Amino acid sequence: MIEVVIDDRCGGCGSCVDACPSDVLAGGPSGKAVIVRQADCQTCYLCELYCPEDALFVWPETERVVGLSTEQALATGDVGGFRRDSGWGEHAATHTNQHWRMGAIFERARLMAIDAAAAKPAREQDGRTS
Amino acid sequence: MAQDDDTAHRETDVLVIGGGLAGTWAAIAAAREGARVILADKGYCGTSGVTATAGPGHWWVPPEHREAAVADRLKRSLGLGDPDWMARILDLTWTSLPQLARHYAFSTDEQGRTQYRGLRGPEYMRAMRAFALEAGATILDHHPALELMTDADGVVTGAAGVALRGERPWTIRAGAVVLATGGCAFASRLLGSATNTGDGLLMGVEAGADLSGMEFTNYYTPMQAGTNMARSMSFAFARWFDEADNELDIPAGPDVSPHLARALLKGRLYCRLDRVPQDVREVMPQVQPNFVRPFARMGIDAYAERFEVSLVSEGTVRGIGGLRVTDTLCQTAAQGLFAAGDAASRELVTGAISGGGAVNSSWALSSGQWAGQGAAAFARERRGFAERLHHIGQAGLRPTSRLASVDLPAAVQTVRDEMGAYDRNIFRTGEALEVSIEALDEAWREIAARAGGRGRGLLRAREAAALVAAARWSKASALQRRESRGMHRREDAPGLDPRLALRQRAHGLDRVVTRFEAAKPENTSLEAVA
Repeated sequence: MIEVVIDDRCGGCGSCVDACPSDVLAGGPSGKAVIVRQADCQTCYLCELYCPEDALFVWPETERVVGLSTEQALATGDVGGFRRDSGWGEHAATHTNQHWRMGAIFERARLMAIDAAAAKPAREQDGRTS
Repeated sequence: MAQDDDTAHRETDVLVIGGGLAGTWAAIAAAREGARVILADKGYCGTSGVTATAGPGHWWVPPEHREAAVADRLKRSLGLGDPDWMARILDLTWTSLPQLARHYAFSTDEQGRTQYRGLRGPEYMRAMRAFALEAGATILDHHPALELMTDADGVVTGAAGVALRGERPWTIRAGAVVLATGGCAFASRLLGSATNTGDGLLMGVEAGADLSGMEFTNYYTPMQAGTNMARSMSFAFARWFDEADNELDIPAGPDVSPHLARALLKGRLYCRLDRVPQDVREVMPQVQPNFVRPFARMGIDAYAERFEVSLVSEGTVRGIGGLRVTDTLCQTAAQGLFAAGDAASRELVTGAISGGGAVNSSWALSSGQWAGQGAAAFARERRGFAERLHHIGQAGLRPTSRLASVDLPAAVQTVRDEMGAYDRNIFRTGEALEVSIEALDEAWREIAARAGGRGRGLLRAREAAALVAAARWSKASALQRRESRGMHRREDAPGLDPRLALRQRAHGLDRVVTRFEAAKPENTSLEAVA
């Protein structure tokens, strides 16, 4: 779930408030984003993509609120990591979209599985179990 | 449901409900026909739905290979597919995706060839929003629809809902309506599915539409336990272990989940991704940027350490069932109401096996365009709007008894349990299905009798009603299909029954009715009341 809005980074642009598909965020009194319906968060990380200041941090657990602090979020080293790896904004040139490789990767896995299955009877004859 | 002076009224030719892949294509296609189009999304068109969090491939087959692709898919559809529909979505996928090039930066491979087959979700849906706006559609974000409206003849003539900002009710009169509300994930917390609560199925059935294929709701995907990161690619390389770290003999492949489920019924299940090749590890963050986040944030070296996994139910998302389309432009059995994407049954193109991974995306972009065209044509031929519209929503909106507090989270949890539990939903028996139906019927009676509210509370009540309704249609359909076919697995009826190579319809609210389609028009159909 969304755990942290880093207050001194948030510029109050409202992009995350609009983009959240579950309407979890709202503009607070100062205009900065605040988490108002945390339990509705579906842990999709998409608010992070829409935040040009990397002011938001989503924790991967979906079933509970862990109560993360800004310091703990920053200590993971992954604040802004999703937007960077996605190549959004200033990261466009350095982090290109490699999604098109997915088909070939699946094919590699399929061929490896066929090899592994073929190797199996021989392995069992060797008396090894793993 | 309260209608007051605060209600915002609009009028349009085509109203599209849902702004995911199918809904945006529907809006574009309707606008191209010259229709005025409003697209109302429960969340934000661009991030809502399961496409935005995924990276869908498409059924992308060059013309010379299509005949073989259809023949192969038809064989695997186990008697429920239709080769003409398969060929239609192959053709339309091929001509549609390149149209996105102004809004989506397609990659090129090492030879400089443009790669159209797969698109990354967040960028794909951002592009679809821009594409729909460019086509002239009006997008209303955070505008969940709660019910359909009809004229005196029962023809669908718009919808009513609530705008979440300010929690104000709205109505939109429309010449035709497209339901593109997505599949129903039965509250499983599947990635991207929070808004996919089956609303369109309930709205459609209330208007006189029916459903098909609702027994096919048991496709599961592995993910790191406690998270929702059910991206399947890396798990194709996985090795599986029990708690004592014994490697389990589970063959890799598309049918891995039932094996994993049997292991999970015995105890904790772990995974190692140590067979993922080094070059794939390096490129993974730029292939699936969301997949690596849980590991990066929780400090897990996914390629070295074992981690605990569980399975998440994909409901009708990677399952199959939904509103039945009755013609080539995706009209439902309700006049003026069209269905597209995962809100519609995909049996025509997938048969009894999942269309996840490619066919579903092609279905969404194709059925979306057909539904948009069909709705635009329907709206054009209507002569003006009816003077008086009927609000037809029932359970969750207008209690039949007196409005009272209903434990909605408990009702949703019942759906989650009955539609998620491995032993009840993957490995089915008639006996267990009957027990589930009893629990769900009770939840339905309570909601229908008492649930309602205002603003967001009304939305939550309606979502609970839709989840329970969809679960009841699923369980009833699963009970009547006394065989195992594709993903539908009956432990008490293993194997195919050749007499049941038929699609099964479902409808009904207080009383759920299912019926197998006749194999040939002259045959009498098998009717069953659950």
